[in-house]
Amino acid sequence: MAEQVIVCNELTKRFGDFYAVNKITFEVTKGEIFGFLGANGAGKTTAMRILCGLSYPTSGTATVAGFDVYRQQDQIKRNIGYMSQKFSLYENLTIVENIEFYGGVYGLSRAVIKERSGELIQTLGLEKEAKKLVGSLPLGWKQKLAFSVAIFHRPQIVFLDEPTGGVDPVTRRQFWDMIYEAAASGITVFVTTHYMDEAEYCNRVTIMVDGKIEALDAPQALKQRFQAANMEEVFYQLARSAKRSSD
Amino acid sequence: MKQLLVFIRKEFYHVFRDRRTLLIMFGLPVAQILLFGYALTSEVKNADIVISDQAKDANTAKIISKIKSSSYFIVHEEQLAGPAIDAAFKKGTIKCVLIFPPRFGDDLRHDGKASVQIIADGSDPNTAKTLVNYLSMIMLNYQQDLAGGGGAPIGIIPELRMLYNPEDNGSLNFIPGVIALIFMIVCATLTSVSVVREKELGTMEILLVSPFHPMMVLIAKAIPYLVLSLVNFTFILILSVGFLDIEVKGSLLLLFAESTLFIITCLSVGLLISNIASSQQAAMLISMMGMMLPTLLLTGFMYPLENMPLVLQVISNVVPSRWYYLIVKAVMLKGLGFSAVWRETLVLAGMTVGLLSLALLKFKTRLE
Repeated sequence: MAEQVIVCNELTKRFGDFYAVNKITFEVTKGEIFGFLGANGAGKTTAMRILCGLSYPTSGTATVAGFDVYRQQDQIKRNIGYMSQKFSLYENLTIVENIEFYGGVYGLSRAVIKERSGELIQTLGLEKEAKKLVGSLPLGWKQKLAFSVAIFHRPQIVFLDEPTGGVDPVTRRQFWDMIYEAAASGITVFVTTHYMDEAEYCNRVTIMVDGKIEALDAPQALKQRFQAANMEEVFYQLARSAKRSSD
Repeated sequence: MKQLLVFIRKEFYHVFRDRRTLLIMFGLPVAQILLFGYALTSEVKNADIVISDQAKDANTAKIISKIKSSSYFIVHEEQLAGPAIDAAFKKGTIKCVLIFPPRFGDDLRHDGKASVQIIADGSDPNTAKTLVNYLSMIMLNYQQDLAGGGGAPIGIIPELRMLYNPEDNGSLNFIPGVIALIFMIVCATLTSVSVVREKELGTMEILLVSPFHPMMVLIAKAIPYLVLSLVNFTFILILSVGFLDIEVKGSLLLLFAESTLFIITCLSVGLLISNIASSQQAAMLISMMGMMLPTLLLTGFMYPLENMPLVLQVISNVVPSRWYYLIVKAVMLKGLGFSAVWRETLVLAGMTVGLLSLALLKFKTRLE
């Protein structure tokens, strides 16, 4: 039995009469690439915020990296990485300074930061740009760098919130190569996306509709079940039934 | 703690790499000091002056003709007594009154010196001071004329009284006001903008997901501006002492302590604004309109509060810079100790605690 790094049981978040997240139950295995799909307003972000230790659920239980979302938000935060669609490095800091800053925020020692940042810059082939301000890099590079920074402190799980928004197809492909590498090294990847071709890259995907999980399986299995040629059709079939308007 | 230091270092990078921030931070104080110190001391021409000549002798006639021939004054010769003078000032028809006592000529001849009275409108201190200076110069000039005639050395001693603003000591009063203004701009505006910028960029999200405590984000944001503001304060003091010949009469330590308190007040205001504003522009606008204007208008350094309608005087009590202005004036210009400003300090401290708690509380609710 593989180790479960995220376990949700009937997790619910209610705002007044509105069930943003309605009794969702799922498990994510260590090293898995777990796709989290859904139309805007389906409740993805709310669920993700709870799992990241940013907000408390109304009812149900969940553990992330073995820590409880009600009582151990601090430990959760220490063990996860996060990257959002918005580019999240500081433009007027150099690459090295950005890495040092985030490493420092996660409490890594100076020596560790130095060693890992050297490796990282070498892997990314950014030796020449290391002392340049991040603002001068092309978007694709920034995005890859942001991902590397998100997993710099070697978290157990990394949450990616639409990480490839606004990026060209080639860079997106390279970005997914990095995700595969991270997963291979044992980091669990929890990713939301609107690109259905990306959904195909995931080991398993969930599709949320109106706060509930309507489907959860490997992309291949889902396509068979819904007799669809690709994930796009699967998504349409499910999302069409949504009663909530987007956003 | 180490995380906090890392964060603070990052904030300093931001400040030193942003030309606009640097300009506001260090260019503004220089500009303000020079502007208020030199450019805004206006030269006055064609001011209405009433000369009440009770002596009517050769000396006064000569002095009056000198005054008339200068381009500074339009002379009205009237015999004005106390209440009438007051009324004329209040109507705003005159800027200055010069009174020669009945025995002016005799005194000058017998004692070698005589007094005149100059009354100026102290509610407009710059103009008043300028006019008084002009008159003194003319008297001095006349004295030299007399002395050149070979007679005994004689002196005319003008005795002046500033109405409405009796303790006026000229344009130097603005320095404490400018200091307050600069702190408001640097601390409130720059802090709020720097927090909102992180929200806009999306980096705030990353920070919130990190194990770095949200409250620490605010503290780490505020500390660099506190340090820089104290540097700035030192800089302003050096400028004031070096270029504007202002003497710091009271305890420097007290001055710095009070300033630190006020800086924290301004930082709290900035953090509060950053919770409300959703964009950098909004933050800028709120701090400019909400903070700078009241500081300029209701602190008392540009426009005396005593002359304002009661409503505005009451409102001015909630403007933090008003209290800081009083403190700095007392400590820096009058050389008073803590015992003289403890009440103002208490008010300021209370405001700071209130604003800071409100800012932190708002920040917390926004997170949920």
